[in-house]
Amino acid sequence: MPEQPLSFQDLILTLQHYWSEQGCAILQPYDIEVGAGTLHPATVLRALGPRPWKVAYVQPSRRPGDGRYGENPNRLQHYYQFQVILKPNPDNLQELYLNSLKRIGIDPKLHDIRFVEDDWENPTVGAWGLGWEVWCDGMEVTQFTYFQGVGGLEVDVVSGELTYGLERLAMYVQGVDNVYDLRFNNDGLSYGDVFLENERQQSEANFHGYDVAGLKRRFDDMVAEVERLLAMTGPQGQALVLPAYDQVLKASHLFNLMDARGAIAVAERQSYIGRIRDLCKACAVEWVEQERERA
Amino acid sequence: MSELILELFSEEIPARMQVGAARDLERMASDRLKDAGLEWRALRTFAGPRRLTLWIDGLPAATPDRSEEVKGPKTSAPEQALDGFLRKTGLRREQLVERDGVLFAVIDQKGRPTSDVVAEMVEQVVRSFPWPKSMRWGDGTLRWVRPLKRILCVLDGEIVPFEIDGVASGNVTEGHRFMGSGEPFEVVDFDGYRGQLADEFVRIDSGERAYVIEEAAHAACRNVGLELVPDQGLLDEVAGLAEWPTPILGEMDPQFLDLPPEVVRLSMKVHQKYFAVRDPARDGLAPNFVVVANVEASDGGKALAAGNSRVLSARLNDARFFWDEDRKPGAIDGWLEKLKGVTFHAKLGTLAERGERIEALAREIAPMVGADPDAAALAARYAKADLASGMVGEFPELQGIMGGYYLREAGEDAVIVDAVRDHYKPQGPNDTAPTAPETVAVALADKLDTLVGFFAIDEKPTGSKDPYALRRAALGVIRLILENDLRVPIRRLAFMHLWLVTERIAEEPMKALEGLPYALVREAGGDVEAAAREAGWEAKIDTMFHGTRDLVAFFVERLKVLLRDGGRRHDLVDAIFALGDDDMTRVLSRIDALSAFLATEDGTNLLAGYKRASNILKAEEKKGPLPTGLPVDLAGAPAAETDLIAAASHAAAEVEAALSVEDFDVAMEALARLRAPVDAFFEAVLVNSDVAEERENRLRLLGRVREVMGQVADFGQVTG
Repeated sequence: MPEQPLSFQDLILTLQHYWSEQGCAILQPYDIEVGAGTLHPATVLRALGPRPWKVAYVQPSRRPGDGRYGENPNRLQHYYQFQVILKPNPDNLQELYLNSLKRIGIDPKLHDIRFVEDDWENPTVGAWGLGWEVWCDGMEVTQFTYFQGVGGLEVDVVSGELTYGLERLAMYVQGVDNVYDLRFNNDGLSYGDVFLENERQQSEANFHGYDVAGLKRRFDDMVAEVERLLAMTGPQGQALVLPAYDQVLKASHLFNLMDARGAIAVAERQSYIGRIRDLCKACAVEWVEQERERA
Repeated sequence: MSELILELFSEEIPARMQVGAARDLERMASDRLKDAGLEWRALRTFAGPRRLTLWIDGLPAATPDRSEEVKGPKTSAPEQALDGFLRKTGLRREQLVERDGVLFAVIDQKGRPTSDVVAEMVEQVVRSFPWPKSMRWGDGTLRWVRPLKRILCVLDGEIVPFEIDGVASGNVTEGHRFMGSGEPFEVVDFDGYRGQLADEFVRIDSGERAYVIEEAAHAACRNVGLELVPDQGLLDEVAGLAEWPTPILGEMDPQFLDLPPEVVRLSMKVHQKYFAVRDPARDGLAPNFVVVANVEASDGGKALAAGNSRVLSARLNDARFFWDEDRKPGAIDGWLEKLKGVTFHAKLGTLAERGERIEALAREIAPMVGADPDAAALAARYAKADLASGMVGEFPELQGIMGGYYLREAGEDAVIVDAVRDHYKPQGPNDTAPTAPETVAVALADKLDTLVGFFAIDEKPTGSKDPYALRRAALGVIRLILENDLRVPIRRLAFMHLWLVTERIAEEPMKALEGLPYALVREAGGDVEAAAREAGWEAKIDTMFHGTRDLVAFFVERLKVLLRDGGRRHDLVDAIFALGDDDMTRVLSRIDALSAFLATEDGTNLLAGYKRASNILKAEEKKGPLPTGLPVDLAGAPAAETDLIAAASHAAAEVEAALSVEDFDVAMEALARLRAPVDAFFEAVLVNSDVAEERENRLRLLGRVREVMGQVADFGQVTG
């Protein structure tokens, strides 16, 4: 390890730099709330169709139900993932990944790096893949997946997906036990300085604040919007998949908020998830067609 | 003789699939090679995190020449048929052989080089390998468990050339991902392969890996006066997670030792795959763990142990959160409320309903097993509560155990606590059966509810499929009864319980039960069917008893398996069960008495006598109905006949008296005394007398003997 372990932001910069060297486009976070970096259209949609794609980006993940008012050292309702997609996956993806760990200061001769079976699945977007949780000294630091299907469709070309849990990784590299104690930069700023107040306020809003009737209304609006947009065509005669998919993401976040408010009955749950999945599938089906044409 | 080495080198294979993969590789390779006519001296397969290896020694250089005869058309067949056959075989008419008017082609096949056969075999294996789950990668179409990187295939030091979807065979492999040289190396023979891999920190043999882990883990604990808590399942798993397994003793924050030891152990095992460590001095867990790393770290594992220790603390913090939450006042009642919304099975209602049924049944069973009905019912009411607790949500394996802890914390009596904790037992052949009466009552009720319920909705185990573990449940019931020497009428209990279950099922067959009074079943004693028949339910008997009959038969099957495993003869199990007794403890005593009797000379001879009598009776039955009534002493009857009549009467009285006090050995002795008169009778008397009166009386006598013996066992079911 280097003399001084990387700060949180240097960890991100280092990963961005590293994956940029591997030919990835470095995108900025998507501007819609998502529950996981995978949901970014740069992953879900671009994993479909035959065209190659290499991208890396940081994505804030919003999990309203995971908020703990800033009082739990490991749980947050807003945190960061670093997402890498390489399509098709190169033969040496594992090696590339391990080199990225070395770059951020994890020496695999000193630490115990394992690839432990974990077949990833996201039923909301109908995505699944085979791969591993990558463990570093017993801690899961990355989800490593070979996408086999997205939006309920089998993929044409397999993408390799790496999802680094940035806070965990940083806590490991810096050797701290509380996420709020992370050094955010090298100028005395902590993760808590940046996010603690946000966790407190957002947790309260997530659990007690939002108007449930309003959330439900907006969910229905978003669903209707997806259907409307998919039925429209753009200047080249294509269905408006990208804006439609944005509305799917919004609906999905609204569902998560309702869930955190305790407003989803057990019996309703599957039906909500089913609706989101169907919308996502409709976008996916349309997108694949477009991608095949563009290829 | 040639040596073959095949290595399929891939990215990390899930640990749980490795053992099966080694077996499948062995089976598929042997089948293909045998089909081609090859034989060999030795074959072994190995599986590890990144490679499957096949080694075969003593292969011939080529398959043997073969001559095959192919049947063609008849000589009388039309011209076209002959032409077709010649085209197919590539022969001329005069090369065919004629036999019995049929033409045959004799096709000689030259032996093929073994390397060709091997190349085909590998391709078939790779393309059709039965991985539980497989995947594609990149832009290819080949499927493997994870990306297949390389195929090493060397026969007698030479590469067997082939290519499968862009993966070409070769003679190189590589060592450990982190500790190896990083340079691929060439392989010539198996000793070299295995040796060089060991030098490059790869142990290819899972047995060797497990051995190394066990030895080193025990040693690491012993060195500091501690003991490893052995765990075979975990050992097998971690042996599949490391090519160079290196156990390291780590320290955990001792403050977590106030959590239940089961929680600490399971947190370690499930989430982190660590072994727990005991401190013999304090007779409890030590604040340590053993992690099996995949590297010998350059700092001796210090950083690695510290890292693992931090992760474990985070995990145990989660566990502590559940432990604290779950122990809050009123939590248990809250769970019972929550269970009303949790489905046990779509047709069998919620977990709360299941709880109510178990409670009612436990109350019925309690007096039969010497338990206090109120205590048994109370324990049964709480038995499933912990399924809604935070801790059991996280660790389902802790069901029962956590319920016990939480009830103890809530100040419940030890009797209740123990009953809730142990009511899932016995869970397998190595688990003990509970003995405390209240626990036994709840444990029996729990299992019977499962069995009766799933049999009622026709979800019975078939072949290897037993998704609800009904075999284990039935075996559990049997062991609880036998090991505690209990007198429990299984058939009646099952039928009584069907009542409660039926209330929840709207299925057609069950409607038959409507109106049949519960009291009838409850008071019916041993034979519910007979009681129902007597009460005028004849017409519905079959529908009503369908489920319970199958269930009783299922118990008999399980008992047979158990007794056979315990060295008892299963024909004797049949002979006793044929009597319709469903009291397993009594059944077992009867079997043992019968078994002892049949081992004596009297026993074997009497059995022969019985069979002879029985055969005569069967033959006569075919001619017409057998005469009824008791035999009498006819004037002028041979002494052997009157002696046997007297002996049968005696035996009948003695057997009845013995059975009423369940002294089966005495009943057997009574039968033993029949042996001499039976033998003498067959020696001296001809059953088929010309005098009708004599013949009928002798048939009555044989019937009488059969009947008396039949009180003790159905000797017709005894073989030999």
